Amino acid sequence: MSDHDYRPKSKVGQWFNDRLPLLTLANHLTDYPTPKNLNYWWTFGGILTFCLITQIVTGLTLAMHYIAHADMAFESVEHIMRDVNYGWLIRYIHANGASMFFLAVYIHIFRSLFYGSYKSPREIIWILGIIIYLLMMAAAFMGYVLPWGQMSFWGATVITNLFSAIPLVGEGIVTWLWGGYSVDNPTLTRFFTLHYLIPFLILGLVVLHIWALHVPGNNNPVGIDIKKPSKDTVPFHPYIVIKDGFALLMFMIVFAFFVFYAPNILGHADNYIEANPMVTPAHIVPEWYLLPFYAILRSVPDKLLGVVAMLSAILILAVLPWLDTSKIRSAVFRPLYKQFYWILVADVLILGYVGAMPAEGLYLLIARVATAYYFLHFLVILPVLGFKEKTLPVPLSITEPVLGGSPNLAAARNKESKIE
Amino acid sequence: MSEKKTERRDFLFTATTAVGAVGAAAVVWPMIDQMNPDASVKALASTEVDVSSLTPGNTLTVLWRGKPVFIRRRTQEEIDEARSVKMEDLIHPEKDEDRAKNPEWLVMLGVCTHLGCVPLNDKGDYNGWFCPCHGSHYDTSGRIRKGPAPWNMEVPKYEFVNENTIKIG
Repeated sequence: MSDHDYRPKSKVGQWFNDRLPLLTLANHLTDYPTPKNLNYWWTFGGILTFCLITQIVTGLTLAMHYIAHADMAFESVEHIMRDVNYGWLIRYIHANGASMFFLAVYIHIFRSLFYGSYKSPREIIWILGIIIYLLMMAAAFMGYVLPWGQMSFWGATVITNLFSAIPLVGEGIVTWLWGGYSVDNPTLTRFFTLHYLIPFLILGLVVLHIWALHVPGNNNPVGIDIKKPSKDTVPFHPYIVIKDGFALLMFMIVFAFFVFYAPNILGHADNYIEANPMVTPAHIVPEWYLLPFYAILRSVPDKLLGVVAMLSAILILAVLPWLDTSKIRSAVFRPLYKQFYWILVADVLILGYVGAMPAEGLYLLIARVATAYYFLHFLVILPVLGFKEKTLPVPLSITEPVLGGSPNLAAARNKESKIE
Repeated sequence: MSEKKTERRDFLFTATTAVGAVGAAAVVWPMIDQMNPDASVKALASTEVDVSSLTPGNTLTVLWRGKPVFIRRRTQEEIDEARSVKMEDLIHPEKDEDRAKNPEWLVMLGVCTHLGCVPLNDKGDYNGWFCPCHGSHYDTSGRIRKGPAPWNMEVPKYEFVNENTIKIG
């Protein structure tokens, strides 16, 4: 790689870089050859980095005012909202930031699914991403418990009780998680500790995620391997920096809309009632970003199997690179996969919708069909499609379709060299 | 290299690993066990409840170990209904006679065995309890009849200290 030859211009820079090659790293990041056809769906990596940093900064400041005690947590959150200078702003950014984080991560994941970014040689990037996603869900769940409202308390009760489905040791595990015989102060303090820890674990995994990305380089909308650096690439800075920056600005408009105009629309009114272990709210729903999995949990009439189905729905993603047998990455050249992709998108949205509805009657039936289809997509359709599907011819380079789509390599090269 | 030397080294490796593993386990266990219920939590093991004001057909809910406990003074119809159910019709077969030693009094944890919500009183298809979270129906003996919950609501250890007082735990 060319960036190993990098040498800082100044004497001081050279002295420093010989001892700690940070400037070499910075040079690698700015010069990093990026496919020149990346579209706006590729800007969500940068947006997610922004989300993570926003959550860490606002979380740190909230932790200066929050009190992790069952008797004081609810009041301390109200204290933040009413008394602390700009406390309302910081808390609304943090609470809506979690939703924005998940919005961005879902777009990021579905971009991967469409363009086959999880396929060889990018399996490790993908699996690291799934681990990050799991940690995000854990962090979001525990964060939601901290205000100690009714939804906090009963959400925590329901989710921790999932472990009681494990035969023999289940009850013991739940008691151990609670530190008592119900969700109570010991549960709150440990959730606060873990909620504080997990973002930093995510940060470490993000570094690995990007490191693993920089080995093969970015996938791209055409989904072909490209030589780098070459005519098919542009340096990360300034090209991608500017594009990511523009997308981030657009994203921040949406973010700001929620923070300033609808800060509670994604939350649940019951969480402004202090936790009461004697009364369960009439309708317990998790935050919107967990609804599809909640629908899968409820669609199975057996307790243990419901929990197994819900966990499988997430973990199945980790083996996706091996379930998808097609050698072609991008859905652009897979006419059948493209249709199944959009059916899956619709399926997940439907699961999300019925997850928010009561688990009875027609809703339950829809949830069951959608759950069955979800697994069918990954376990049957994807493996079979790789063998059966007639894919479209894939261009030889990113430049080729732009400069005249001859499938003939020599002709395409000729044309390119003439233009140059 | 002689064979004897290799064996000696193998033994050292195995012994070191074994001692290291035991040491690591000895350090890890306190880190895990500190999360289990502590002495102060365990100390709150029993509660005494005055039930003199409870009339038939009513339920008292008290907190025991952070969990609600239903104390139901049942009417004769409720008792008859609970005792007439055939064992084959039950998901988790338990006789009402075993659940309520004194038929008028039903004492049980008000915790749905599905995912731990508090079921609602006098609701559901079996005139007992209904859990609003995921739709489990319980009968007048607190036994699961319909829905995702796997077991009947749990009957804790309790006794009548005197005519008007129940000691739970």
